[in-house]
Amino acid sequence: MKRIALLGMPNTGKSTFFNRLTGASARVGNWPGITVDLLSAKIILGNMVAQVVDLPGIYSFHGFSEDEKVVRDFLESNPVDAVAIVLNAAQLDRQLPFALQVVRLGLPTVLLLNMADEARHLGINIDARKMSEILRIPVILLSAKYGSGFQHVTQNLARAISANVTAGAGDVEQAFAEDHQIEAKAADLLSAAVRSPKQLPENTSARIDRVLLHPWLGLPLFFLLMFLLFQFIFTLGKPMQDGVAWALTELRTLWLEPLMAGLPAFANGLLLDGIYSGVGTVAAFVPIIILFFLVMTLVEDSGYLSRVAFLMDALMARLGLDGRSFVMLLMGFGCNVPALMGTRVMRSRDLRLLTMLVIPFSLCSARLQVFLFITAALFTVETAPAVLFSLYLLSFTTALLTALAFKNRFVSNEPFVIELPPYRLPTWRQIGLRGWHEVRHFLKRASKFITAGVVAVWLLTHIPTDVPASSSETLAGYIAAWMAPLLSPIGIDAQLSLALIFGFVAKEIVVGSLAAIYGLEGDALMGLMAQKLDWVQAYSFMLFTLIYLPCLSTVATLRTESKSRAFMLGSILWSLLLAWLASFAFYQGARLFGF
Amino acid sequence: MESSLNLNHLKDGESAVIRSISADGALYHRLTGLGFRVGKAIAVVRHGRFKGPVQVRIGTTDIIMRRSDAEKIRIIATAAP
Repeated sequence: MKRIALLGMPNTGKSTFFNRLTGASARVGNWPGITVDLLSAKIILGNMVAQVVDLPGIYSFHGFSEDEKVVRDFLESNPVDAVAIVLNAAQLDRQLPFALQVVRLGLPTVLLLNMADEARHLGINIDARKMSEILRIPVILLSAKYGSGFQHVTQNLARAISANVTAGAGDVEQAFAEDHQIEAKAADLLSAAVRSPKQLPENTSARIDRVLLHPWLGLPLFFLLMFLLFQFIFTLGKPMQDGVAWALTELRTLWLEPLMAGLPAFANGLLLDGIYSGVGTVAAFVPIIILFFLVMTLVEDSGYLSRVAFLMDALMARLGLDGRSFVMLLMGFGCNVPALMGTRVMRSRDLRLLTMLVIPFSLCSARLQVFLFITAALFTVETAPAVLFSLYLLSFTTALLTALAFKNRFVSNEPFVIELPPYRLPTWRQIGLRGWHEVRHFLKRASKFITAGVVAVWLLTHIPTDVPASSSETLAGYIAAWMAPLLSPIGIDAQLSLALIFGFVAKEIVVGSLAAIYGLEGDALMGLMAQKLDWVQAYSFMLFTLIYLPCLSTVATLRTESKSRAFMLGSILWSLLLAWLASFAFYQGARLFGF
Repeated sequence: MESSLNLNHLKDGESAVIRSISADGALYHRLTGLGFRVGKAIAVVRHGRFKGPVQVRIGTTDIIMRRSDAEKIRIIATAAP
């Protein structure tokens, strides 16, 4: 099979081009020689099948950034039959040298001048034929966003891969060796084939920036916008999640339960409450992930995310993070899982890891459910809001403390020099494709881990089979008893420890598990808890629940996104330690003061 | 006097010509990739609050960078347009 590598600088619409060329068929995959996943897709060109690989956008072949290394290593370890270079037609003055470097590889190359519509709008006149004559490669003006020029693209790509030239390893280093002539050559090419207006008219983006980056209005507008997006995702997501849950319950009562009624109780429980609930846990995230990436595609492709970096950098740089980390942290307050997936916009691995370490401390909506229940049971209507507010404050504090504690371990080597692209509206097609890719990615990578975790907790709480489920005589009960020396100094008794084990699966089921553990529900459960616990214990329990472990799905996502078990374990260990210290300090402190 | 001017000396809306770029490694490659070249015109669009980044414009590209990096871009002041 022939292979085509897609190369280009960031913000040239390279991925849009890739999506337009390959449709929804793209897959994430591993490649020899590199550690990151790349998107690739098989397409039919003429009478051949070709695999198109979307390489990360880079500014030069000499840089030391992670993406630049990935591209170099990819080209060295994976032979390619043709190269397609995507340039932003409006910025040829600075992007042509990059293209000339690629041409030096000596592979069949097609030069794609994307965003031709924007260039025309700016009054930039490009003579593609002239350029093609000078470079002796096909040069095509196109718009990946609107799909113009694609007929030429596929024709020329088909011709390029039929040339039967494949670059082996070793050529790469040499091809990018010296640059001195390239600058001059690019300048010649520019003056021969491109005419730009002397003075560019003030464009719409600059006018929008004057409001959105306003010295006083910029930050308030940012927070307002985040609030609106947050509300949009999670108020719309809730009924959708409920819908999924309803459908799954219907399926269970109407089909699965009658079907499995004949099975022994243990097998029945394992299949329905173990595996089927695991699948349900995974499914519950699907609507939120779709909505989240619908919104994030809008924010990212519109160019606003780089503006956020501008607005927040002064504050975030001190924490070793950047503005984009802050956006994901905020989104984590809805749900940690898509927020972790969203960190992929950060190209520096260290910056990304630090952000991923911080996000699980965001008080997500599932944890909020637990806190609402407990505050309702143990605090008065007057004090409850203050209690909740203090938990939000602590959530932020632990996140910031974590960033401060680890910022020297995860130092970003990416220079903070970021392009501010003009504001653009993504098309529905782009938004839809992104949502689809992300959901598939989540299902493929995380579903097994999550289901296995749910099954494991079910087994722990149902073995041995001859004792009441979720009781202190089950395996989980023994674990809870075994942890008592560790948890009693922070005021958490055996029953609550059991709930914590359930809470690892998903915080949504903590309240339900308390009901199972105490054998009571609703008001009766609240009444019993109010009898058995005092407010210091309850607050310590909430504190611990907030920090100790994000849910199983978050842990699964941490692992798949970082591609490192060690990172996942480190993150778990740190949260457990922090949770224990915080609860210990609170519980013992409060007792010391006589509460 | 003029030799000591760098990008941080420009106020919002002012422009100049790049005289030299005293950065190396990753930063240098990034800057060239984004169109920073000796002799090119550069304009400061705005500064971020609380000593935040500076937004500059070279040709059709808008770029944000920290002030500590902007310091490494030496400039020749041009007459106000």
